[in-house]
Amino acid sequence: MSDTQTPAGTPGAASSDAPSTATAAGNASSAAASSGRSFLPKSTLLRHLLVLVLCAVGAVALLELTEPGTNAQISSVAYYAIAAGGLTLLTGLNGQISLGHGALMAVGAYTTALLLDVDEGEPLPLPLIFLIAVAATALVGALVGVAAARLHGPYLAGATLALAVGVPGLTLYFKETLGGEQGINVRIERAPDWFDEAINAISGENGSQTKWLAYISVACLLLTYFLLANLMRSRMGRTWRAVRDQEVAAELAGISLGAWRILAFVVSAAAAGLAGAVLAIVVRLAAPGSFLPVLSLSLLTAVVIGGLGSLFGALLGSALLVFLPRWASDIGRDSFDIASAQASQAAYVVYGLLLVAVMLFAPAGLVGTVRLALLRRRAARATARAGGR
Amino acid sequence: MAEPPHDRTADGPDRSPTARLEMTGINVAFGGVTALEDVSLTVEPGQVHGLIGPNGAGKTTMFNVACGLVRPDSGRITWRGEELRRLRPAQLSKLGIARTLQGVGLFPGMTVLENVMVGAHRHAKAGFFSALFAIPTADKDEERLRRRALDALAELDAVEYAGRYPGSLPYPVQKRVALARALVADPELLLLDEPASGLSEDEMHELGELIRVLCSRMSVLLVEHHMDLVMRVCDRITVLDSGRQIAVGTPEEIRADPAVTEAYLGDDVDVDADAAELGGRSAAQVPASTQEGPRG
Ligand SMILES: Nc1ncnc2c1ncn2[C@@H]1O[C@H](COP(=O)(O)OP(=O)(O)OP(=O)(O)O)[C@@H](O)[C@H]1O
Ligand SMILES: [Mg+2]
Repeated sequence: MSDTQTPAGTPGAASSDAPSTATAAGNASSAAASSGRSFLPKSTLLRHLLVLVLCAVGAVALLELTEPGTNAQISSVAYYAIAAGGLTLLTGLNGQISLGHGALMAVGAYTTALLLDVDEGEPLPLPLIFLIAVAATALVGALVGVAAARLHGPYLAGATLALAVGVPGLTLYFKETLGGEQGINVRIERAPDWFDEAINAISGENGSQTKWLAYISVACLLLTYFLLANLMRSRMGRTWRAVRDQEVAAELAGISLGAWRILAFVVSAAAAGLAGAVLAIVVRLAAPGSFLPVLSLSLLTAVVIGGLGSLFGALLGSALLVFLPRWASDIGRDSFDIASAQASQAAYVVYGLLLVAVMLFAPAGLVGTVRLALLRRRAARATARAGGR
Repeated sequence: MAEPPHDRTADGPDRSPTARLEMTGINVAFGGVTALEDVSLTVEPGQVHGLIGPNGAGKTTMFNVACGLVRPDSGRITWRGEELRRLRPAQLSKLGIARTLQGVGLFPGMTVLENVMVGAHRHAKAGFFSALFAIPTADKDEERLRRRALDALAELDAVEYAGRYPGSLPYPVQKRVALARALVADPELLLLDEPASGLSEDEMHELGELIRVLCSRMSVLLVEHHMDLVMRVCDRITVLDSGRQIAVGTPEEIRADPAVTEAYLGDDVDVDADAAELGGRSAAQVPASTQEGPRG
């Protein structure tokens, strides 16, 4: 008979109950998550709000227990993680690769910088500026998404890489408005009094500008992850995964592949836009040097190391992106007596080695590998129970 | 599958199928190869229509045309009395047509339950923003889809696998899940491409019973190599050979048609058995439970 499809499992033997693909491992299914015993609320909103509040408390503790230098680095982690969260949705859930998210961050950053750079009078309130930056980037994302929906694998990678290479060049071309090589300086208002008072009440310290920026960054991160988690656990997430896993079957279920791919790109771009806006106010500058193609590659690296499709993985990967080079160069300088310039070079080597190690030993990424192991154990226990009957 | 069918009469006042699928004068060529040549078939409402023929006869291609996966060079498709022009696969489920793939085509990265929930896509109401802000209506909508999916799995006796991933399941179970994914959309026309491949004799028998139950609420177009099954469940049969339609009629007429036997004998791949079955079912091939009364 014509069956080219060989039976995928031998009858009766169901030894490993885990998704077969590494991409899938990062995102445990919502159905499985809510069917297990759980003391968490059943409502998605309440569950995610509870996690949000816990994370907010943790973040405040972290920011108050660390020194100002670390506060600034936490801000960097936050904007990387916002962009990486959007990217993990696009690549992990929807299976579209993007090497151009740095360019989308640039759109958000420049929008923010331009809106804050008013000669006279007050600029718009910051939340509104952020919203406009997100909307502008989402729009660009929609345009890119329309092209991306028709491209696959290496072609999509190439097209988005072209975006990453081209956009910084654009800023040089429109020197007048975008400030050329120097970029646009970004200044925001001093932290409001209520912030100083609140910080004083919490930890007895003074609220510095660095701290204010760190709080803004972390708040944006938490809000973004709350919304992304909502999407991932909903029908949207499931539909994106269906498009990723089996195009024909998804289409036959009534899913229009192109529309859903574009939607994923728009959501992902919106996150990148917010990340760019946060970056602009944190580094106080929107300049082409911040958005070189290596930024896009770093984001993808962070997402892969953490585990595709997992928000926690994206956060973990972003933290490694920021802290690992510093640790590596500290260790290099202190233990091996390397000059600090060389030590910071060594940091890249360490980062590269880590990436290779993760790909070799944990191809599903850090979070994905742990989840796979848990799923396997659960399946093994289930089989043992079934066998014992 | 042995479970009694679910009572779906509560869903609507009248669930008996009324829609007719007509495909007329379909021509398809891939490059220079003619895959279908002036093929016509009509699936009457509530009937099981079989589409048979040797390997490479063009059965799957005919399905692909009906699904919009392959655009015919010429020919008309009429569904519910309207011509379907420029049909796209994603429109299918809204039109009330569901299809299973020749392989199983499950989503490997999702649990069985989620797989079936994807099949219920067209019944979803909650939109993007209610999902983004996790508004309780989105939860309610999800719960509704989950119920539906579990019902479909129950009908196919596969509820116990709801939390498993497809890759870890035996092939026959995967096929049942794929069928549940098609049924959960509540189609008026179900296209089944080789649903019995890889099934045991007993499982095939259960499948046959299921199909007969299903045709009380939908029409079925069935591609299958197992003649025994085809002859048992189909109301009418169309036979293709090398892209041409060589016969159409009731199972009795097809069995008696010399052109059909010749087509099967002329094909020397692995259809000797099929041809033998075509000539008349032997008692050995029929599961004991179907042998009612004395045979002549
Ligand atoms: N996408 C395609 N491109 C080129 N040729 C094709 C394509 N699809 C099918 N064909 C050819 O069209 C003919 C009919 O194939 P089809 O898959 O419809 O046969 P089938 O009746 O389903 O056979 P089987 O019993 O093997 O499933 C074959 O000769 C096949 O090689
Ligand atoms: Mg076929």
